Amino acid sequence: MTAKKPGHSFLQKLFTNLARSRELAILALMVVIMAIVSLRTSAFFTFNNFKDILLDISMVSIVAIGQMMVMITTGIDISVGSILAVSAMAVGSIVRANPEVNPFIAILIGIGIGMLLGSFNGFVTTFMKIPPIITTLGTLSFFRGIVYIISGGTWVMAHQLPEGIKEFTMRTTFGIPFLVLFAIFLGIIFYFFVNRVPIGRQIYAIGSNYTAAVLAGIRVKLVNFIVYVISGALAGIAGVMWLSRYAIAANGTATGFELQTVAACVIGGVSVFGGSGTIPGVFMGAFFIGMINNAINLIGISEFWKQAFYGLAIILAVITDAVINNRLRRRKNN
Amino acid sequence: MAKTIITPILELKGISKSFGGVHALTDVYFSLQPGEIHALIGENGAGKSTLMKIIAGVHQPDSGEIIIKDQIESFHNPLVSQNHGIAAIYQEPTLYMDLDIAENIFMGHHPQYPGIPYIKWKEMHQEAARLISLLGKQMNVYSKVRGLSIAQMQIVEMAKALSMNARILIMDEPTSALTQNEVADLFHLIRKLKLDGVAVIFISHRLEEVFEIADCVTIFRDGRFVDTKFIKETSENELIRLMVGRTLDTLFPKKQVPITDEMLRVEGLCKNGLFRNISFSLHKGEILGLSGLVGARRTEVAQAIFGINPPDQGKIWIQGKLKEIDSPNAAMKEGMAYVPEDRQMHGLILGMGIKENITLTVLRQFVKLALVDNNKEGEFASGIAQQLEIKTAGLWQKAQELSGGNQQKAVLAKWLGTKPKILILDEPTRGIDVGTKAAVHQLMGDLAEQGVAILMISSELPEIIGMSDRVLVMCEGNLTGEFSRAEATQEKIMKAATRRSVP
Repeated sequence: MTAKKPGHSFLQKLFTNLARSRELAILALMVVIMAIVSLRTSAFFTFNNFKDILLDISMVSIVAIGQMMVMITTGIDISVGSILAVSAMAVGSIVRANPEVNPFIAILIGIGIGMLLGSFNGFVTTFMKIPPIITTLGTLSFFRGIVYIISGGTWVMAHQLPEGIKEFTMRTTFGIPFLVLFAIFLGIIFYFFVNRVPIGRQIYAIGSNYTAAVLAGIRVKLVNFIVYVISGALAGIAGVMWLSRYAIAANGTATGFELQTVAACVIGGVSVFGGSGTIPGVFMGAFFIGMINNAINLIGISEFWKQAFYGLAIILAVITDAVINNRLRRRKNN
Repeated sequence: MAKTIITPILELKGISKSFGGVHALTDVYFSLQPGEIHALIGENGAGKSTLMKIIAGVHQPDSGEIIIKDQIESFHNPLVSQNHGIAAIYQEPTLYMDLDIAENIFMGHHPQYPGIPYIKWKEMHQEAARLISLLGKQMNVYSKVRGLSIAQMQIVEMAKALSMNARILIMDEPTSALTQNEVADLFHLIRKLKLDGVAVIFISHRLEEVFEIADCVTIFRDGRFVDTKFIKETSENELIRLMVGRTLDTLFPKKQVPITDEMLRVEGLCKNGLFRNISFSLHKGEILGLSGLVGARRTEVAQAIFGINPPDQGKIWIQGKLKEIDSPNAAMKEGMAYVPEDRQMHGLILGMGIKENITLTVLRQFVKLALVDNNKEGEFASGIAQQLEIKTAGLWQKAQELSGGNQQKAVLAKWLGTKPKILILDEPTRGIDVGTKAAVHQLMGDLAEQGVAILMISSELPEIIGMSDRVLVMCEGNLTGEFSRAEATQEKIMKAATRRSVP
């Protein structure tokens, strides 16, 4: 294979390497930020603080796995926050009435709810040919409405939840909470799914060149449908985790959560034009967000900045990608 | 076809296919022997690509039979066709840029562990490397397809075909983007496949290549089967005659108009990788036809002149003055207008009314105190619409509700509003009905009479011959022929259009 010519300047080399490995680029940026924050406060570089960051990002990471798959197909799922809330509220109501339900059964129920709602998204986008941004914008509101219908406007409070549900995410193994381990476990499962299972690879195929995928005999509609079901299922799982970790199911649970998952993906190198994205990248994107969140708190910057940060981070990440791609293309043409 | 010795590996009988009322194929016959290299030739729109897609299972015929190994089969999707050992290499690349070479080869039929949907990753890469070395090449099968040359991508496509154990390989214009050395390489590979008993259907515009590689050749014209010939028993002239062999019975309302001052002259236009050394002139009252087959880059030349994609090199004179035209706006200032080929994509804003479409190019004329004077705009639009006889329920009607012919008239109206001195028409009558076609031709004659200089790109030989005062022919980015109205014949033009380099 013809190797790319080495860059002529340091900047070009840097660009090439950043474009080649997004993970490396975020890592470098994170190290810089960590160094700066550590200089400002000693509370940052501690085991407990990192545990907090990991706990905070676990749910984002789980949902971002599904978001990544949807985005690879050139779609987007902005209803994940609402799916999460439906799952949390429904499961919360069930265990309030039946305290004996095992947490793992609760997770299965959450998965089922998520798959059901996800398949609605998948059906409308795939078979009714509605653009995913419109479909999931609609279901963002539709599913949120279901939360209110289930709850009747009330919350499931901590004292109404059985201990088993409340503690299982925090149970530690070697000092690491179950929630974190579970997110890593899902990450590994889906790493193999998207890298080694035919359907997983076909997700990349349809996002990379849809016509080619059709011509190759791939069942493009099925694959497209499945990614929304998976995205829903993962949001459903996250709903149960949310219920456990925060011991509450509120009507406004996870409002705006979709933005964090998209941010994790985009920062983690998932292309907004589809066709590429990796699980390690998404996890690093999620960690990056969690770290900035944490730093904002520790340094004492106003909470209000967080919202602005998510939006800006997405735009900055996409601009960086565009700049890098343009540079590479221009160099290739010359 | 003279004699059939072995039973054909693939036979198509009575295949017809139409798209939205337009007949792409009518009652077509085609037969392929094992281990033969069978060229498929014909003008643009002759139905070659449609036939290919039917064999590959992408399109389903409206009627007719596909017989493979003595069995009538229906190829209702590409997978079925693949399972019958048919692989297709399309003109547009069907590769996944961000995936590695091995995956590109095996996408859709990944090697898996028995009973488990888990890809044998290492074996897949070893097998990919083996297939590529079978083709006599070396590649790192772990590297991404992005960054490969077109020739290398073609190797990947060929390896993909091999990976499916293809017995029939269809290639649509595989040589159009290759250098001469790469073409030689490709032919070497095709012959190798032939020795293994693979039958190859080779679609090409280049007759010299057909004579070099093919055993037989089938000619299509206007969606119909014309003939199949053994390559040894035919000649270039005969093939050209068969490709164009219709009688010129359509009457064209060509007016004799005095051809006077030079309006446009281009010299040495080049655009890297697209076209080179294009020089010609265009005069007042003249209709200059620009002919050629798909990939001749005629549209690219027109768009370069109109400033959409300015050329890398070359000079443009307008009415004897050297001009720098770097944008459509600059071109319009010089009195140029360009009516694009794809009306829906480039010509009309479908969701807008006809009036708004017509006045889009000249809206500034009607502005009074920063607002558009609606009455003036309406008068102007209805004037032109009447002149062109655009049939509408009213000028408020949305462009998308018009018929193809009336849409084409609306596009023309939009540009005629600018009162162009130089008018470039890209396939002005493609896909419109006969009546509207005649009206457009009539209009072209009228415009020429009024002193407009017209450059007409057309893939229809009768139209080129019927309407042009002079004919230019392009082939793959080169000007390969120029004929006066008296000289131009279908055969001469087709010969120039299939010639690779300047004679």
